[in-house]
Amino acid sequence: MLDFLKQFWNRDSDSSKQIAKERLRLVLVHDRVDVSPSLLESLKEDLLEVISKYMEIEEDGLEVNLDKSDKSVALVANIPVRRMKRAVEQSR
Amino acid sequence: MAGKVLVVTSGKGGVGKTTTAANIGAGLALLGRKVCLIDADIGLRNLDVVLGLENRIVYDLTDVVEGNCRVRQALIKDKRTENLYLLPAAQTKEKDAVAPEQMKALCDELREDFDYIIVDCPAGIERGFKNAIAGADDAVIVTTPEVAAVRDADRIIGLLEAAELYEPRLIINRLRPQMVKKGDMMGIEDIIEILAIGLLGVVPDDENIIVSTNRGEPVVMDRKSKAGQAYFNIVRRIEGVDVPFLSLEEEGFITRLKRVLLGHS
Repeated sequence: MLDFLKQFWNRDSDSSKQIAKERLRLVLVHDRVDVSPSLLESLKEDLLEVISKYMEIEEDGLEVNLDKSDKSVALVANIPVRRMKRAVEQSR
Repeated sequence: MAGKVLVVTSGKGGVGKTTTAANIGAGLALLGRKVCLIDADIGLRNLDVVLGLENRIVYDLTDVVEGNCRVRQALIKDKRTENLYLLPAAQTKEKDAVAPEQMKALCDELREDFDYIIVDCPAGIERGFKNAIAGADDAVIVTTPEVAAVRDADRIIGLLEAAELYEPRLIINRLRPQMVKKGDMMGIEDIIEILAIGLLGVVPDDENIIVSTNRGEPVVMDRKSKAGQAYFNIVRRIEGVDVPFLSLEEEGFITRLKRVLLGHS
């Protein structure tokens, strides 16, 4: 009975198990995206290739980064566009 | 005979890697398999002590690799278990005294004579680790229900993958079911969900481990102890037997209800 009460008392969110799990999850999000520069470079090249099909972009201004904030990781790409390619629009 | 090479690893030190290797080795030998344990933790040899064979060492792993003796001369036969042999690590050499190719060649040689070759890996992810896993067919990762240990296990999974060991299986060591129940320790499901790998076994925190290590006898010989049972289940799973997981674990009311109602765990 005491155990049951304790379990009831320890609401899930503030039990130390829950805290451990949450901390672990965050730490792994960061660990797992620790990508090498060469991987990022090859991602950049692939992105360029795909996007170039649809629009003309300024290759020198292309920036691809992993943005790590506290709770999440985002892939942020800054791609300056010169102009759209008409041909693609029409073929659609 | 074409034996299987199984490496026991963890990343983090102190989670029970050596104890696990010793018990897997002894357990498989109890099942009648011919087993060779290799202590690849060069410079910090411990497997000999856990097995109680520390007084019998003449040659070691490095001697074999450097050609100072033949493999057979360096192998130490276990006192209690038929079919169990130990190839001890050198105590005075550096971690990189054995190169990956040498390790691989050694494992291949031992495959001829043994059903299982169990390699006890050093902690860490540097040279010693890479050398130890070089000849492996399969890997076991040992972790405890702590943030740091699970994190390192995650790192090891990635490194094993890079070495083409794609399906490592997890052993959760020193689990305390009561603490899990109270919400003060991560449970089996929590850890498996985070690491997303297969579970090979769960070993409860058990004082018998300390007692048996004091004596230099693997706890798997003591089938009355909870840890001994857990290790025995683990070796049977390695042998391909479908052994259900002991219900000593966390199983809360809801899980139990689900299992009863839906017929699965």
